[in-house]
Amino acid sequence: MHLTSKPRHSSEPAVPVAASTDPWPGPLQASAEAPAQPLLKLEGVSMTFGGLRAVNDVSLSLRQGELVGLIGPNGAGKTTVFNMITGHYKPTRGRIWFAGQEITGLAPNRITALGIARTFQNIRLFKGMTVLENVLVAHHVRLQASLWSALFRLPAYTREEEAMRQQAMELLREVGLEGFADAEASSLPYGLQRRLEIARALATRPRLLLLDEPAAGMNPEETRDLTAFIGRIRERFGLTILLIEHDMKLVMGICERIHVLDHGVTIAEGSPEAIRTHPRVIEAYLGEDEEA
Amino acid sequence: MRGRLETFLTLAVLGLFALFIAWAEGNLNPYYQRILNTAFVYVVAAVGYNLVNGIAGQFSLGPNAFMALGGYTAALLMLPLTQKQMVWFLQPLVWPFNAFSLPGHLFIVALLAAGLVAALGGLLVGYPSLRLRGDYLAIATFGFGEIIFVLANNLIPLTNGSLGIKAIPEYTNLWWSGGAAVATLLLVRNLASSSFGRAMRAIREDEVAAEAMGINIFRTKLLAFILSAFLGGIAGALLATLITTISPTLFTFTMTFNLLIIIVLGGLGSVTGSAVTALIFAFLQEGLRFLEAPTRIGPWLVPGIPGMRMVVFSLLLVFLMIFYRRGLFGRSELSWDLLLRRLPGRRQSRAPHL
Amino acid sequence: MSFQTFVQQFFNGVSLGSLYALIAIGYTMVYGILRLINFAHGDVFMVGAYLFFYLVALFHLPWYLALAGAMLLAAGVGMLIDRAAYRPVREAPRISALITAVGVAFLLENGAIVALGARPKAFPRPAVMTQVYQISGANVLGVSFWVPVLALVLLALLLLLVYRTKVGMAMRAVATDMEATRLMGVDVDRVISYTFAVGSALAAAGGIMWAFKYPQIQPLMGVYPGWKAFTAAVVGGIGSIAGATLGGFLIGMVEILFVAFFPMHSGYRDAVIFALLILFLLVRPTGILGAPLKEKV
Repeated sequence: MHLTSKPRHSSEPAVPVAASTDPWPGPLQASAEAPAQPLLKLEGVSMTFGGLRAVNDVSLSLRQGELVGLIGPNGAGKTTVFNMITGHYKPTRGRIWFAGQEITGLAPNRITALGIARTFQNIRLFKGMTVLENVLVAHHVRLQASLWSALFRLPAYTREEEAMRQQAMELLREVGLEGFADAEASSLPYGLQRRLEIARALATRPRLLLLDEPAAGMNPEETRDLTAFIGRIRERFGLTILLIEHDMKLVMGICERIHVLDHGVTIAEGSPEAIRTHPRVIEAYLGEDEEA
Repeated sequence: MRGRLETFLTLAVLGLFALFIAWAEGNLNPYYQRILNTAFVYVVAAVGYNLVNGIAGQFSLGPNAFMALGGYTAALLMLPLTQKQMVWFLQPLVWPFNAFSLPGHLFIVALLAAGLVAALGGLLVGYPSLRLRGDYLAIATFGFGEIIFVLANNLIPLTNGSLGIKAIPEYTNLWWSGGAAVATLLLVRNLASSSFGRAMRAIREDEVAAEAMGINIFRTKLLAFILSAFLGGIAGALLATLITTISPTLFTFTMTFNLLIIIVLGGLGSVTGSAVTALIFAFLQEGLRFLEAPTRIGPWLVPGIPGMRMVVFSLLLVFLMIFYRRGLFGRSELSWDLLLRRLPGRRQSRAPHL
Repeated sequence: MSFQTFVQQFFNGVSLGSLYALIAIGYTMVYGILRLINFAHGDVFMVGAYLFFYLVALFHLPWYLALAGAMLLAAGVGMLIDRAAYRPVREAPRISALITAVGVAFLLENGAIVALGARPKAFPRPAVMTQVYQISGANVLGVSFWVPVLALVLLALLLLLVYRTKVGMAMRAVATDMEATRLMGVDVDRVISYTFAVGSALAAAGGIMWAFKYPQIQPLMGVYPGWKAFTAAVVGGIGSIAGATLGGFLIGMVEILFVAFFPMHSGYRDAVIFALLILFLLVRPTGILGAPLKEKV
């Protein structure tokens, strides 16, 4: 795939506008928005647990179509930042905007509905459900048919269910999981579980995708596949991506901008080249020896 | 193709079931009719209970309370006025129940009202406790059961206290109980396999991930809980009009415990599994009566030991949880698809081609 | 209400509250570590009372020795329950553990009915408990005075154990982060086992003193106090020992005051506790002293 050489013009729509039969209209329309306004903006966000300050006064913004890396040593507060963006934590201070709307403290399901999807550091699939069902769960929010029509299996419901299944299958084909549709999610090999988790996030039709250590536990070959995969879906679905990752090769390879946290505060921000040589970043990483 | 075949098979089985009921209603001996009626009531209650505990994965201990609400509602609506005057001799029955009673052909109204009252009770307990993560539901539903018991004992103008209500007309027959069981089974199966059911199962599997998929966790849990309470109310109403006498002790925690065994044995999350084990349980419960009756072993007469059945059942429950957590059906459903696939010649691989 | 009655009711409430507190501590410690509502805890309370009964009836032990002996034996029962029933389901989905707990509770209750009979037994009360004291002109029964005192002594011992010993430190560590504690080489299963022992011993003490107060014991005697004590733990803030204590006293007080003010409605005393639980769930679900339960995302 050709993602490392991608030009960094965020105002450009990441994907050419697809045909009207496309089952994923959501993110594509978004590219019409004014380029000046950031898609995601965190303003002086802090999170305290008991007395412990996990994140302190972090500001961050992503423009439409950008792919930004969020790195830092273990315990730097990266996942906490994710959890605040997705509404799992309510920040103790600061505000968060998404597409011009303030989302600070909204419930996670509402934030998902607005167009932010995520994956989790420790894969959280619906293990006992099939691969197809995992994706179908994301369609539930858009269900039009009533509870009654589902209880009595009225045509209004069955038609919609059929359409949902087709869309879900299409997505599975898109990500190369169609052969596993009826397999239990927990039976997939590790790399494919990661992929399924991303597919499931895509099924919510996000504009912004948050990936929490997608390459964790992968061997170099799987990581290469994943890197290519991220590039592909980014183009295909016109995504803006914020990525937490420890694999520096991956981060340096695909991120256009990198934001570095240490002990809950921003210590650097800039292009991969700038970050690579930033003295405070080097210091933060050298201070931690278990980090590869 | 297969869809049509399945519909045909389902209809055929329903037809056979109706034929069986028609025969049993006239010919089966009353003892077995009674067990069968009880079994069908268990099906309604257990399938409803499994919706919360098995499918949505929320630990409720409330079905006895909802059955009590349903049972008392049906009794208050259906008991003839003359009988009401005889039953409430200590304190008069409260208005409006002292002023009317439903005629027999409106039994269905009483059933639905029983379900609605129970659903309202479900809302009362579910709303505060399901908003929260953790096991508050278990403790709140258990408390609710005790409160219903307290109220049934103390609200004499409504419940006649510990004396209970006697001579409720026996409306429940195999048509009603069997019909309710089949309807419950079909509706809950439809629900469980629908998008709503998927959302519930997603919550069971991982609440945080389900929320991140856009599912409104609170609403979905509450839906499962209230529907389950509704079915509990129907089951309670059927039970009241089957055994014709109700009192607070009929709806103690033991009832919930029995239902818990049924859904665990059938497989938490398997709708058809609960239905099958509900039938088995009703017969098993009768069959194990010998444990509590005096028995002659050789020359010795062993006195009956009251409580022995419950000891056996609680041991069974603990053993199931430790050694056979899946139950008989796990989370799978008994379906035509499954049966047809088992037929020789139609075998197809279910394993994913890795 | 006259001052004398108030003093009487106050001691009544405090003694009942201290009993709820003793039981609630066991619930809260186990919940803090395993996120498990140990439904069998209320029945260990009952087992404790029976153990005391038989220690006195069969071995004619003086009451304080029988109390200590029953607490020790109950601690063993608690450890046995954990080992035999809960440990095998520890890695299973949480609902399995809860169902197992309900099963164990029913087993204890019905096992006691089968083995010991369903009929209530008269409980041997030591003389100090039936003595009447004059406090501010009010007659206060010995139990109402000595039960809280004993409970406070036990509480002090518990705090010493939890905050001043290695075992206690391990318990707190496991409650904070089980995995991290395991990685640091602590035998987590053993710590859990000790937690059950301590909780069960306190529950047994509660059961015995309960029987000092209401001198009849029967196999189902633990059900209501158990549920109310759990409610106390929730109201106080689940997972916190101080919260459980506070919640216990609060529930005991509310119950006694309700009965004192509305004697004709005393049948509804449990309904009041339930209303209190629902109120807390609505208004302050973390309880008086509790921190929000964090789920790792």
